[in-house]
Order: sequence, then C-alpha cells, then structure tokens
Amino acid sequence: MQNNYDIVIVGGGPGGSMAALHASKNGANVCLLEKTRDIGYPVRCGEAMGEYAIKQFFDPKPTWIAAEIKRSRIIAPNGVPIDIPFNKEQAYVLNRRVFDYDLSLMASKEGANIFTKSYVKSIERNADNGYDVHLDYLGDHKVIKTKIIIGADGIESRVGRWAGIKTQVKMRDMESCIQYSVGNIEVDTNRIDMYVGDNWAPGGYLWVFPKGDGTANIGLGIGAKYNKKQSAKKYLDQFIEKKYPHATIHTTMCGGVPCAKPMSNPISDNIMLVGDAAHFINPITGGGIAAAMKSGMFAGQVASEAISAEDYSENFLQRYITLCKKDFTNRHEKIYKVKETIQKLTDDEMNQMALKINKLPPHKITLSRVFTTAIMKKPSLIIDVMKMFAGF
Amino acid sequence: MIKIKEYRCDFCTACVTVCPPDCIEVREASIEIDHDTCIDCNLCVYVCPIEVLSTDAKQL
Repeated sequence: MQNNYDIVIVGGGPGGSMAALHASKNGANVCLLEKTRDIGYPVRCGEAMGEYAIKQFFDPKPTWIAAEIKRSRIIAPNGVPIDIPFNKEQAYVLNRRVFDYDLSLMASKEGANIFTKSYVKSIERNADNGYDVHLDYLGDHKVIKTKIIIGADGIESRVGRWAGIKTQVKMRDMESCIQYSVGNIEVDTNRIDMYVGDNWAPGGYLWVFPKGDGTANIGLGIGAKYNKKQSAKKYLDQFIEKKYPHATIHTTMCGGVPCAKPMSNPISDNIMLVGDAAHFINPITGGGIAAAMKSGMFAGQVASEAISAEDYSENFLQRYITLCKKDFTNRHEKIYKVKETIQKLTDDEMNQMALKINKLPPHKITLSRVFTTAIMKKPSLIIDVMKMFAGF
Repeated sequence: MIKIKEYRCDFCTACVTVCPPDCIEVREASIEIDHDTCIDCNLCVYVCPIEVLSTDAKQL
C-alpha cells in the first residue's frame, strides 16, 4: 500500500470495481479499499440482472450465471398468476460472489491496487487540494493522500456524509429487505416469480429467483412503515412455511434498499458517489447492479480525466452527472413517479388487473403491459414504463 | 434507549442509512450506537428487517 494515490475508491462492489477498472485503464494511479475480508461476500442482493444490462459491459462468463431466465410470473394477491414470457431478451440470476470477485480481478489487471480488510474511518481535507484518507488496515492506522475519492460504499455512504452530501434516506422510500438462499425446493429453473399484495409483502414485493439444482434466492422487501408492525423476517418466514415448507435455509441476508429518487448531485469537490451510495437504484424493482456498474464506469472515466486536467472541483466533476442523467438517472426519476402510482393500488385492484391481463392472448402479455394496466389512470407514463422494462 | 441484539445482526447498515444524527457505526462484524448523540427517534428500530434493534418504549 502506497501513501499516495491519484484516486481512492471506497467499496469493492460492482460500482467500485468498475470505477477502479476504468480509472486505471485511463492511466490513473488507483487504490480500492474494501472493508470486509472478501470481495463479493457477504452477498446482499437478489442477484437478477437483464441480459442487455450485463452485455453492455461484458460477455457474461458461464461461472457468473446461476440460472438463465426465460419467463416471469407475477402472482396477484389472490394467488392468480400472470405468466410473462421474455421474448426479446433473457435475464440472468447471477452468482454475485463470483461476479464481484472477477470484476475486481479485471480492475487489478488494469493496474488498480486492491486491499481488503481496509476500513476507512475518516477523510480530511489536506493542504494540497486533496484529501487524507484515514483507515484501519489489518488493525493498523494508515493515512493515504489522494486527489479524488470515489464513494462506492453502499446505501449508508459515509464518504457522502463526510463530504457534506445529504445521503440520509426518507423512511417512506426505504424498503426493509431479507433474503434466504434456500435448497431442497422444486422450482422452474428458467422462471422468476414475484408475489405482490399486502399478505406477502406490503409496499414491496416478494421474489423467488432460481439458482439451479433445487436452490433459489427467496426474499422480500416491504415498506419500512409496514416493517414497524411486523418485521420483514416474519413475512418471509410465513411465506416459506406456506409455499416451501421443506426448504432448507443456507444463508440469511438482509439490508435496506432506498427505492428513492436518484440523488441529483452526488458530487462535491474531490468527491463522487456511485451506485447505491448515490441512490442509483430502480425505484420499482430495487435493482441496482447495472446502475452501479454504469455510474462506476462513468466516475472512473471522469476521475481520470480530472487527474489529467488537474482539476478536481465539483464544477469539473459535473460531467459525471451529465453522463449518468443521459444514461439512466432521468429514467429512474420517471420510474419513481410510476412507483408512487403503483403503490396506491389496493389488493382488490391488483386482483382485477390480473383477471384482465389473463384474458389477453398469451403472446400479448408482456411485463410492460402488466404495468400499463396498473397505471391506466396516468397514460402518459405508459411509454416510460415500457422503456424501463425494455431494459429489464 | 436503543438496545442491540448483536448476535442477530447481519451488519447490513439499513439502520445507518435512516439515522438522522448518524450515530450508528457498523463495521464488518460489529455494530455500535453512540448514545450521547442518539435522539431516540427509533427509525433504526422500524427499518431493521430482523429485529436486532429495540427500544424500551416498544417493549412496554
């Protein structure tokens, strides 16, 4: 570990690794600090990702993929399923543990220095128009001098807070999530299931994402205000007991997902936030891998440009915001509006929707049509929803 | 005062995300609350998916 780096990246998820990869590729001297002992573990994710979303970065390696998804089902509150085949593209359930690890390897091949068990304790402005990063590295206190810090440190983003960026998530946008990796169940390996309704997951949804060989990620997110009455764990236990009583639970993981609007300005002088840290999450699905990777890529590119230009000001870093807006932030803002509409639907309304949709000929049922039906009252949103699901 | 059942905790940081005074510190396998700066708003209790955090008030 050197005492000086051009760019310090805090967090070794897909956002951090992509930032490290692209900044190094452009010639910057980069180090990535991960607080845990493993890159890619513990996994806190449902692990689903669209084919197009991943292929815009890499051809997926077979080891990254646990299951290839060809269709989905949305199960209405009364139990009526809507079958939705994916016509144009498939989706994947990933092995994030392998995937994240490989991304960090790619970053290191471009020259990034990667350190695990590196816990950043504070950052301090220094006299050289940069920051001093204070960390615990294997139990020792270290200080790294740097010009730019990229906060890829997840929902709680301490880097963001230290830099004075408002990172706190409003309770109404917060989803309390829990997921079990289960074995010993019978599921269709090529289909994902999503259960909606107050019974299973009020203010969110419950997912069954197969991972092959009788295993799956079964998890749910509920609005934090519902979690107050009954915890997410209790909701999930009820579901498992009813639907998969023989399931064996091999991992329990939980987390909060900010289904919020993306931050409008996740930068400051010398600082950029990427991925979850910047609330770059699809507000309906809660999916964030693609947005983390994209924002990481943009941040890495812009940071290396800033190093070459010797300008680390917020003004220069604005080009990162512009890139994100064009690519996904504007879309996420629209999806947030759709979410607000969908959240007002009652169980009865959802049941009626399922009835209506199931009367359509099967080849006409698409995920976008389901959501179109959901937001009939606001037809202007239809096109946005269709665009959103075109990208999964 | 917020109580922590650390043996239950997954260190997922959902609580940190909603904490207004930023008084919770979660590391790889530890969680601590700075009770001097805690304002007892209980948001962390409400958001925790697995009931790690609790308050005296809630138990009454």
